[in-house]
Amino acid sequence: MSKDFLSKTNIMTFEEIKSELKNYTIGIAGAGGLGSNCAVALARVGIRKLIICDFDVVSESNLNRQYFFRDQIGEKKVIALKENIQRIDPEVDIITEDIKLNENNIVDIYKDCDIIVEAFDLAEMKQMLIETCLTKLPEKPIVLGLGMAGFGNSNSIQFRQSENLYICGDEKSEIADNNPPLAPRVGIVANMQANTVLEILLGKK
Amino acid sequence: MKITLNNRQDSITQDQITVSELLKIKNFTFKMLVIKVNGKLVKKDSYNNSVIKDGDDVTVLHLISGG
Repeated sequence: MSKDFLSKTNIMTFEEIKSELKNYTIGIAGAGGLGSNCAVALARVGIRKLIICDFDVVSESNLNRQYFFRDQIGEKKVIALKENIQRIDPEVDIITEDIKLNENNIVDIYKDCDIIVEAFDLAEMKQMLIETCLTKLPEKPIVLGLGMAGFGNSNSIQFRQSENLYICGDEKSEIADNNPPLAPRVGIVANMQANTVLEILLGKK
Repeated sequence: MKITLNNRQDSITQDQITVSELLKIKNFTFKMLVIKVNGKLVKKDSYNNSVIKDGDDVTVLHLISGG
């Protein structure tokens, strides 16, 4: 991708942006802190088709960062997230898969997406997705969320690109009992991922 | 030799080294990594025999839990 594509994204009206974005499908791998917030941001700005996978249910501990509500505790995350996005915009087409992603189903589920947003919590799952995509979907842009635990230190959160891998996060802060993932920094990274999706798609023009 | 490591120019004293040696020299200590050399994935079981040469473009990602 050339550097000058960046300038083009800054001279579009919202109507033009929406009309361009409606042509694309975005895969969201994981509906936790990164996936739920990123999907909501994309739906708000005009992405009309999302494919969201997660096998988990909403729990109370998710509410410190994930786009769910107290009365959704116990619901499947993919169903609850679909509900929430369609409350914002009922026109968004959301395909949900209540499934644990692995080396085999990732390809089937996401092969027709224009971009995959990696939104897992566990490092093992992130590694599995990246290795699977680099091997089996080598041209697919993958937007990663790597490192966002704790609070403060906003400037540590960065963006870099390595061919079709787009990396958002500080690449350092690992979650721990005394370094929890919290709404502000998780939200920064999730929205940075959404922002990167726009940059890739609108830069294609 | 000169290589590109995570988008930055870097000098290595040897003429060529394996991925394992590079990780040691550069102190990449995380257990879970994704490594690409010239855009191609190098899996863990190939770190010892995958060779990095002058001009190669190497990306090392630390995989960190959280999301």
